[in-house]
Amino acid sequence: MSNENQEVIINPRQSGYDPTRALTEPPMVRFILIALSLLFLGLFLFVPLAVVFATALEKGIQAYGEAVLERDALSAIRLTLLTTFISVVLNTLFGVASAWAITRFQFPGKNILITLIDLPFTVSPVVSGLVFVLLFGLQGYFGHWLADHNLKVIFATPGIVLATVFITFPFISRELIPLMQEQGPEEEEAGMVLGASGWQIFWKVTLPNIKWGLLYGIILCNARAMGEFGAVSVVSGHIRGLTNTMPLHVEILYNEYNFTAAFAVASLLAFLALLTLVAKAFIETHAQDEKIALPPAHEQSRTP
Amino acid sequence: MSIEVRNLSKRFNGFQAVKDTNLKLESGSLTALLGPSGSGKSTLLRMIAGLEVPDTGAIHLTGREATHVSAKERNVGFVFQHYALFKHMTVFENIAFGLRVRKQKESEILERVYELLSLIQLTGYDKRFPAQLSGGQRQRVAVARALAPRPEVLLLDEPFGALDAKVREELREWILKLHEESHVTTLFVTHDQQEALEVASRILIMNHGAIEQDGTPIEIFDKPASHFIAQFVGETNYIDTEVSEKGLAVWGPFRFPVNPTLPLKQKIRIYFRPNDVYMTAQFETLQVRARIAKARFKGTIIEYKLDIGEDKHISAQIPKGVALASGFKDGQEVYAAITAFHVFPIES
Repeated sequence: MSNENQEVIINPRQSGYDPTRALTEPPMVRFILIALSLLFLGLFLFVPLAVVFATALEKGIQAYGEAVLERDALSAIRLTLLTTFISVVLNTLFGVASAWAITRFQFPGKNILITLIDLPFTVSPVVSGLVFVLLFGLQGYFGHWLADHNLKVIFATPGIVLATVFITFPFISRELIPLMQEQGPEEEEAGMVLGASGWQIFWKVTLPNIKWGLLYGIILCNARAMGEFGAVSVVSGHIRGLTNTMPLHVEILYNEYNFTAAFAVASLLAFLALLTLVAKAFIETHAQDEKIALPPAHEQSRTP
Repeated sequence: MSIEVRNLSKRFNGFQAVKDTNLKLESGSLTALLGPSGSGKSTLLRMIAGLEVPDTGAIHLTGREATHVSAKERNVGFVFQHYALFKHMTVFENIAFGLRVRKQKESEILERVYELLSLIQLTGYDKRFPAQLSGGQRQRVAVARALAPRPEVLLLDEPFGALDAKVREELREWILKLHEESHVTTLFVTHDQQEALEVASRILIMNHGAIEQDGTPIEIFDKPASHFIAQFVGETNYIDTEVSEKGLAVWGPFRFPVNPTLPLKQKIRIYFRPNDVYMTAQFETLQVRARIAKARFKGTIIEYKLDIGEDKHISAQIPKGVALASGFKDGQEVYAAITAFHVFPIES
């Protein structure tokens, strides 16, 4: 075990090796492909986004401010933020718990659970909303019981939260399950044999390993929770200043031909979406960096 | 007695991984659990560590009943084949993990970790991350991490399986030295017989979920207890024949004295190692005539396929120097005798 062999790490980014070089399409083909993608991107993504902000600011910054700070708009923003917060917290807990259960334990009904997690992705949001109306509405299964106890779910905040939680619950577990499957249980087993308790293993071993995947899931869940329209629309009842979320508020304003206000509130949503994109890009780079710092076990033939 | 296992059994979805296994390991011993893949050796090891729950049977660790004690409380060190180091922690934090979860004093942790770093010859690597180490270095960190809380037993699951041949060899010597210094009761699982023979003072051979032989490396090599072990450990020739007279079996020109209690016509399989074939260019007593059909260079030895007539072949191994000095060539007439062999009856 003597003489150290200096390992040479070849980083394709630094060594001047260009992996795209091998694909030598004629310049004309390359130009057309790039131009087409850019044109498409501009037409379908950039122009609409620009229109949102342009229309919002059409009548000046003051009209914009008024539209955004109006009482009903503020109430919609508050409700959206509250709903989003509750959904993200609940789904983070559910996502981590379900991913842990699915990847670390064997139990009957596991495949059914995996399939059920995807249900909100496959069911139309309107149907999801209707399900809650059927369950908790006045004519629904629990409607009488709720009315007797003076509880309101449908056409009230709890219904909106329920529908949003339902719509967004696959995001985090879907992100974590493949990640935790790939990592396997060995590090956690190592922690256990070393004398760590379940909580210690979770905080010190599992969580650091899944943190980027978890954050990514949270960002996606957050984006969807803020923007959800269909399911929320069914259960909300569109009561201004009470049960309107931002997307619903935008729709109402638009239907009232109040374009400036509609686009002003919409621009807030669009801005939040852009923030989400930035956060997503940030997380992706970091997760990537960590992967580059963790190459697969490379065997050196000499150890010092 | 450091590890004692009684009548341990484990099934996975209808597959009997370990069946009714018993073993006793003395304090301070270094034992190998050798077997082909799927023989249940890893499952047995994981049950001793508390990572799998046995269906039936009992496990005692240093005299305490441990069958239903959780892995967390068993105070065993476990080393995984693929290291299972905590990727996001430095070498220092990896080794310190078992001490931190036991809430030891910072000064004691510091002292213990640096002591182990010097033991694994990685002083100065404390701030590195596992990804910045070679495979051999990672496995040594994993051993140090397992040893840090001063476990009563150290269990290693194919510890060198993921490393290349050269590093394996170095780590074998290192683990022997480590064991001489630390004297912690060690049980390691391997499918590599060379590793088991070289490192362990005692070998348990597992097959189909049960221990088939328990002995020193020399016993295992020279006195195989079953067909399986005769074939599994070391290279071997085997021939099928039957008892032709009381106490005698014949195969081609070779005559084998066998146990006189075997009945006539009993079908038997005779195993003999290629290096137990004594081969010379000149006739000596009790040898039979053979012809070199083919020579194969295998590094320090040369293996000859010998044609002994009647369309029968055996292989013989000769140290390279001896072979070169004798000037053996393909097609040459030589003389051969079988100096050691093992007879097992074939159940029909």
